[in-house]
Amino acid sequence: MPAIRNPAAYEPQGRAPRPARKGGLPAWSVRHARFLARLYAVSCAAVNFSAPLLRRIGLERLEGAAALLERETKGRFFDCRMCGQCVLSATGMSCPMNCPKALRNGPCGGVRPDGGCEIYPEMTCVWVRAWEGAQRMQAEDAILQVQTPIDHRRKGASAWLALLRPIGGKP
Amino acid sequence: MGAPMSGNGGKPWAPSPPPGHVSRGRLERVLRSGQFAVTAELNPPDSADPGEVLRRAAVFEGWVDGVNATDGSGANCHMSSVAMCALMTRAGYSPVLQVSCRDYNRIAIQGNVLGAAALGVSNILCLTGDGVQVGDQPEAKPVFDLDSISLLATVKQMRDEGRFLSGRKITEPPRLFIGASENPFAPPYEFRPMRLAKKLAAGAEFIQTQYCFDVPLLERFMARVRDLGLDRRCFILVGVGPLASARTARWMRANVPGVHIPDAVVARLEKAGDPKAEGKRICVEIIRQIRAIPGISGVHLMAYRQEEAVCEIVEESGVLAGRKPWRRPAGAASDAAAVMTLDEALESGVDD
Repeated sequence: MPAIRNPAAYEPQGRAPRPARKGGLPAWSVRHARFLARLYAVSCAAVNFSAPLLRRIGLERLEGAAALLERETKGRFFDCRMCGQCVLSATGMSCPMNCPKALRNGPCGGVRPDGGCEIYPEMTCVWVRAWEGAQRMQAEDAILQVQTPIDHRRKGASAWLALLRPIGGKP
Repeated sequence: MGAPMSGNGGKPWAPSPPPGHVSRGRLERVLRSGQFAVTAELNPPDSADPGEVLRRAAVFEGWVDGVNATDGSGANCHMSSVAMCALMTRAGYSPVLQVSCRDYNRIAIQGNVLGAAALGVSNILCLTGDGVQVGDQPEAKPVFDLDSISLLATVKQMRDEGRFLSGRKITEPPRLFIGASENPFAPPYEFRPMRLAKKLAAGAEFIQTQYCFDVPLLERFMARVRDLGLDRRCFILVGVGPLASARTARWMRANVPGVHIPDAVVARLEKAGDPKAEGKRICVEIIRQIRAIPGISGVHLMAYRQEEAVCEIVEESGVLAGRKPWRRPAGAASDAAAVMTLDEALESGVDD
């Protein structure tokens, strides 16, 4: 089936996805989804624990540094696209924003027989990897949660600090 | 259906759905009454002539319980699904509105859902949509603001809570029978039944699947679906269709996302003296096998450029078991009359 030649013409997230590379860090993350899910739970607890301190400093003031840190770390480990509302813990540590259709709830019907993406055949479907990762996680059924539509205003913002912001509040 | 459009003195514009139903549509009634349902896909015209839609729909009359109006399928530009559905409801058909997340953002989608319901549409199929790269305009901007599952949740919220995604109130909610698609024939195979469960959780009440050419794979999928009890929570219609030749089969495999055709099927078409007849025979055989699988409520016929074959396939497969789906009563308004009423509506609305 036709594949895309110029990713920039297609990619809704403004950046071409990375082709499947066996040794890449994002692949490692999916293989170690269980460990990373635990790490995530610990960091959530840490953020919540230090909430009074962070609030005293001011979330707005921390935003720049937090977003930079997040972009650097999650960018390497997950090919994070900084959607600002991270669901990695529910997607087997495979970032769904790398799906060219930006699907956050599961694979589309176009996945190729070899598990390749409909649009970029050389890339393994984000959700084929998500399913593998989810099997390794303790909370296997997190992948079954229905995700609400993305809030495009949050793009580029820190998802960690967003934990401390009221849902539906200012992005 | 004949929904009253005006002059009903302040009452809601349409009667409520029958007890135990969410819509006033024929498709839901057939499915809930436990009968094996048949739906068919209408190939949309590349034309502004309403007669083309009605002539194409007339081919299915008396053989199907619902007609799917595709929404830019294969990312090719055609008449819109909403418009085709509106034309069909005027002629009395029971159309299924298809909505693909590829072409509209959430604002456009919610507006279309209300508009379609106002035009008498009772069924909606929520789809992700094929990528623009397979279509005739690959340079287009793909939207994908919602995905099929958040779209299902959106339509359900509009119907059951009477609210837009923003929470703003809808005065008359869209009474729609909500459908979703599933492709049991694409990886990740073990995730597919779970994804179906997710779609049910989001609001799907009926399912129309991708083309089935591999019955054993469908059986494996259905076994898992039954284990999870999903078949009791929704109506599953399996997609089927005749292949015109081995060449068509190969073309579809290569160009239509998510279509899985086993080599054995292609080989059978290759060897056949009359491939078109063989393609129909294969389709009828698959329908009979599907009929025997527990948990399946119907078939969805996608006979691209072979629409006239649909009634023969339905008849030969015997799935209707003597039941006669709706057709326009003798002496009822003809296609021409349906178009006439359109013309009158347009003329009476002209005020310049």
